[in-house]
Amino acid sequence: MKVTFSVNGESRTVDAPGDKPLLWVVREELGLTASKFGCGIAQCGACTVHLDGQPTRSCSIPVSAVAGRDVTTLEGVSGAAAEAVRGAWRKLDVVQCGYCQSGQMMSATALLENNPAPSDADIDTAMAGNLCRCATYQRIRAAIHEAADSLEG
Amino acid sequence: MMKFINASLASAPRVNRRSFLKVTAMGSAGFMIGCGESAAPVADTAPVADAEPVTSSELNAFVKIGSDNHVTVVVKHLDMGQGVSTGLPTIVAEELDADWSQMHYEFAPSDPAVYANTFFGIQGTGGSTATANSWMQLRNAAAAARSMLVDAAAADWQVPAAEISVAGGEVAHTASGNRASFGELAAAAATMTPPETPSLKSPEQFTLIGAPLPRLDSASKTDGSANYTIDLERPGMKVALMTHPPRFGATVKSFDAEKALAMDGVVDVKAVERGVAVVAESFWAAKKARDALTIEWDNSAAEMRGSDQIMSDFKAMADTQGALARADGDSGAALAKASQVIEYRFELPFLAHATMETMDCVAELSEDGCDVWTGSQLQTVDHQTIATIAGVPMGNVRIHTQLAGGSFGRRAVPDSDYIAEAVSIAKAVDGAYPVKLIWTREDDFAGGRYRPMGYHVARAGIDEAGNPVGWEHRVVTQSFMVGTPFEGSIQNGVDASSVEGAAQLPYAIDDVTVDLHLARVGVPTLWWRSVGHTHNAWVAEVMIEQLARTAGQDPVEYRMNLLADHPRHQGVLKLAAEKAGWSTEPAEGIYRGVAVHESFSSYVAQIAEISIDSNGDLSVERVVCAVDCGVAINPDVIRAQMEGGIGMGIGAFLREAVHMDDGIVREQNFHLYRPLRINEMPPVEVHIVDSSEPPTGVGEPGLPPIAPALTNAIAAATGQVITKLPLAAQLKSG
Repeated sequence: MKVTFSVNGESRTVDAPGDKPLLWVVREELGLTASKFGCGIAQCGACTVHLDGQPTRSCSIPVSAVAGRDVTTLEGVSGAAAEAVRGAWRKLDVVQCGYCQSGQMMSATALLENNPAPSDADIDTAMAGNLCRCATYQRIRAAIHEAADSLEG
Repeated sequence: MMKFINASLASAPRVNRRSFLKVTAMGSAGFMIGCGESAAPVADTAPVADAEPVTSSELNAFVKIGSDNHVTVVVKHLDMGQGVSTGLPTIVAEELDADWSQMHYEFAPSDPAVYANTFFGIQGTGGSTATANSWMQLRNAAAAARSMLVDAAAADWQVPAAEISVAGGEVAHTASGNRASFGELAAAAATMTPPETPSLKSPEQFTLIGAPLPRLDSASKTDGSANYTIDLERPGMKVALMTHPPRFGATVKSFDAEKALAMDGVVDVKAVERGVAVVAESFWAAKKARDALTIEWDNSAAEMRGSDQIMSDFKAMADTQGALARADGDSGAALAKASQVIEYRFELPFLAHATMETMDCVAELSEDGCDVWTGSQLQTVDHQTIATIAGVPMGNVRIHTQLAGGSFGRRAVPDSDYIAEAVSIAKAVDGAYPVKLIWTREDDFAGGRYRPMGYHVARAGIDEAGNPVGWEHRVVTQSFMVGTPFEGSIQNGVDASSVEGAAQLPYAIDDVTVDLHLARVGVPTLWWRSVGHTHNAWVAEVMIEQLARTAGQDPVEYRMNLLADHPRHQGVLKLAAEKAGWSTEPAEGIYRGVAVHESFSSYVAQIAEISIDSNGDLSVERVVCAVDCGVAINPDVIRAQMEGGIGMGIGAFLREAVHMDDGIVREQNFHLYRPLRINEMPPVEVHIVDSSEPPTGVGEPGLPPIAPALTNAIAAATGQVITKLPLAAQLKSG
């Protein structure tokens, strides 16, 4: 089926089976590979994108469900929160293998867009759906605080 | 699959058989995993538009300098997250006197003659050896390159080389006022004769080593441009999924692909050595077609036992003496005379590596041979497997090592399992198209190669003064060396990797016996971040703790007194104790546990602080870690590896386990196999011992002490000694 939706601010139409997960559409049809495959069942968060501004596990939403909606991937995410997150991730050298970090950053950006000064508990709630097998969690937490501080400043 | 490797050993033209013998002779303790990190093949280098074409000059096998002034370090190791793509360039930048901003890296091709791990004799990454084995090699390569730059400048400027200085990426002659960048001199430098013995800096001259340098892979890993194997595209490429037998050792009896082949986007369905491959235009089409396959499996050679049965069988084996791994004095007699003897029996489950990027590989057959793109952790072994399956000479196989989304040992597979599959599929379709094999998460969890299960029986005694007298540690586990090129490392029934950290018990005890039973289990296992140390550090450090407590002595002081001959153990233990405030009482409701352990020639002590709420739920409040890994090349990378090892270790301690029910894996995705998440990650403080010893690894050594430190903290809080992991299982069983 043909599905039209916005990706990183541009209208795109894809011809794909309606049940094909959004993740594989952005990766295979649109060549946007920052969003990663990790589990396929919305348990790890490596595939996190923004759907109408909300963090969403793209591996578990069929492309038919995003018709007419706004999808943002790490390649296209912009704005003060996104820039603060990227800057903090680099400043603190959060990454190790890096595979989960696109999803981490998308979740962190959505958190800061809704809550510019999150507490540790807020971070736990917003980020507990994103697994990092390298366990970079201490730096993820610090980077979110760092990004929040830079937004405030 | 061993037959592939054996066949290639016999027939391949460029196989370095001696290399295998070296690995074998060295034993397993020297050959182990790494851990998790990665970076872009040509890291973060943006093409310059409308500029002079960049030319690159190879000063030697490890150092390339571009006319754009980029210094590219050829990294022979896989970066799976552990940071070698930053650490190895640091060594080069130091001896080259480069500026950090000009440093880049790329992964080396598969070529053991040039890029062998000097500890293994073959190309591969593991055992936390990447930095240690590269240390002198890269210092010499960089110092030689520096000398060639100086010689090129001297020739150009007609001045004595001795009057030329190099600093911050610039070559200068003060008297004449001549200056040049590396990029300007690179082409001429490449024609200079390298010095036979390049002069190296003394440690006090280091300016980059030990400095807080940013990682070279942070930029590409935070803007989506870092490419992993799963991100690769090749012209005409198709996506393949495998259907593996549900039980280990089972084979395909028959299959019906009619429905699958009729589905949209499906290209081929092929039976290959390890199962049935479905090839399609996209992942989703392949997955749906795979779900539509009907396969009958032959279970006649399958492992049908459940994990509970395997553990029962291990327990039965523990009743008799195993092969001796250490026999000092007479432990039986010593224990018979002891004033008190303690005994504990420890159970450890299978653990999955659960890398965030599942196993994946791109294979392309052409008239020129076979190209493979994957996060290879054992290039030389994979190279032979590929050549054999593809039926092409070794010289026509090219491995393009990619960033790996984690490994922890998983991508160093003696039979190259998933790489063999990808090449088998490409071969089965006669190279009609490049194949990208992607394992689903379920394939990955059910695909074996787990950290082996273990059952340990430990007894130890003290005399009237509380000093330890007699120590017996019996290990029952499974060897993953059996049936691999590394089988020769099993000597007199002892696989050194099974007893590492037990046989080397550092405490001053005269009578020590460590023995080993190797069980035959049909579940494939593998090195998992820190390998045997994950078992043995837990047992040894819980036992010594219980001896201290039985003796009524302070656990840190007790260990310090028994480590007089092990100053580096003492050093980290003392530092961790100081930084944690061990000598002062913890806050109300906080309990501390300590452990110290050496693995892969690095020394780590950890003090864990926990609390237990009224529901009995454990919370890890803080971990203080001290590490001695010799010269600290990148202190922040070292801290990151300690933080990561501790986080991974806490997850394993709390909840991780792979079970089989009648031979079928129970935990097939992250809803059942549950690594640590952010809400359970404690603050971790890492303190690095100042040292001028040669650098050693940090990928693995941060992990082993955390389980005993937590166990000892729980004992301090409750008196209960946890002897079965994960903790969740222990609590459930009451």
